[in-house]
Amino acid sequence: MSGEKPVKLLDEKGIRTDGRKPNELRPLKIQVGLLKNADGSAYIELGRNKIIVAVYGPREAHPRHVVIPDRAIVRCRYHMAPFSVDERKSPGFSRREIELSKVIREALEPAIFIEEFPRTAIDIFIEVLEADGGTRTASITAASVALADAGIPLKDLVAATAIGKINGQLVIDLNGLEDQYGEGDMPIAMMPSLGQITLLQADGRFSGEEFEEGLKMAINAIKKIYRIQKEALKKRYLEISKEVLESE
Amino acid sequence: MNDKSELIISKIKKETILSLLRKNERIDNRALDEYRKIQITTGLIGKANGSAIVKLGDTTVITGVKIQIDKPFPDTPDRGIQIVNAELIPLASPIFEPGPPGEDDVELSRVVDRGLRSAEIIKLDELVLIPGEKVWAIFIDIYALDYGGNIIDAAALASVSAILTTKYNKAVIENGDVRITDEQVPLPLGSIPVFVTIAKIGDKLIVDPSYEEELVMDARITFVIDDNNNITGIQKGHPGTFTYGELIEAKNLAIRVSKELREKLPSVHNE
Repeated sequence: MSGEKPVKLLDEKGIRTDGRKPNELRPLKIQVGLLKNADGSAYIELGRNKIIVAVYGPREAHPRHVVIPDRAIVRCRYHMAPFSVDERKSPGFSRREIELSKVIREALEPAIFIEEFPRTAIDIFIEVLEADGGTRTASITAASVALADAGIPLKDLVAATAIGKINGQLVIDLNGLEDQYGEGDMPIAMMPSLGQITLLQADGRFSGEEFEEGLKMAINAIKKIYRIQKEALKKRYLEISKEVLESE
Repeated sequence: MNDKSELIISKIKKETILSLLRKNERIDNRALDEYRKIQITTGLIGKANGSAIVKLGDTTVITGVKIQIDKPFPDTPDRGIQIVNAELIPLASPIFEPGPPGEDDVELSRVVDRGLRSAEIIKLDELVLIPGEKVWAIFIDIYALDYGGNIIDAAALASVSAILTTKYNKAVIENGDVRITDEQVPLPLGSIPVFVTIAKIGDKLIVDPSYEEELVMDARITFVIDDNNNITGIQKGHPGTFTYGELIEAKNLAIRVSKELREKLPSVHNE
């Protein structure tokens, strides 16, 4: 959030370092069901971010003492590969990864009908293969698709993006450079059809008005991401039905 | 968890909390926007550069600040170092386990760290002795002593109070080297942040949830508010949700309540 800016994050015409307008998302691609072993999986590319998510469960919960009698427990492991960032990251769990695992889990759990699966565990494994700003929100977007791919009943998908502030201007979907040198970062996750916000964090500095304006911008962008999630799922279902028809 | 029974609230008590809230009342007779009694004691640890114990209702937290000369991080050669560590030790509650910090400890440390850092309460760029070689490192260590809910606000109040009252020996540069003098100086201070945590129970928003209220809450959200009513940090927690309208209401509530909370802070050492 501080330090000298090596580059201008916004040019005279209000264009960002990667050529985007303030309210423009990076190119977003979601692929569903690419892993064989996992019960559900998804791969997301958001700009230069590349993240793979696997979901296992609902399955028997181990160790036994974590079992909850009237619902499933949801566990989440967010991890960054050592080669995913500029300077090699130690493969062990950083404090950042521990916190992000928690907030991602808390962003996804409200969407899951956990009371349908008592005494079980739903495990969400997130591996960041390449990171360029916004990995927690891209992880949530992908993980919710992977949960759907696992056939787990959901109240809604969860889609996420971040609002940032660069040169005093609110922008959507911060990239790595903007995250590092911008004046603020506010990740938001939401169940779009239900209007329920499941994750909200911020650092940097926002006025009360910027907070309200930023929330509105994020909700708009989240609706776009939501459409891409649904298209990715439909594409996968069409593939499956085709496979089934051909095998008959 | 060592003792799961501590995490279960009786149905009767839960119903009482919920039915009182429907009448805008709370189980401990507080108003929805009212903090529990706050008591701040500073400077009680002689060997720390700064310290504060905060009692927030049944919650007690201590923060100690220690300062030492260190090598700066390679990517910030011209800034001092701020490190926050928080531990929810088993001394403070049967629900806390011994062992390395878990996700709750880590979240608490990181939320307090970001709130302090974004407000720039400690002006790290004024804590450089020899750029790239020697800077002041400020260690802010938080320990829960008694857990009665809303640990984030209590930990932040203790940390801010400890920082405001921290003194350290001034260092001067002589012949390219650092010499520590006998002169005691306060930290270079920027904007002072206040943390306000709001719990959502049903469709009600309440500030400063007690332990029992935390057991029935759907979700919580913490706003960090600086001197100029800007937001310098947000953290939503717990697997529940907020609507857009609730978040706007919570933000306005946090800004309003932060003013009362700010008056409880110790006055800054200035001489």
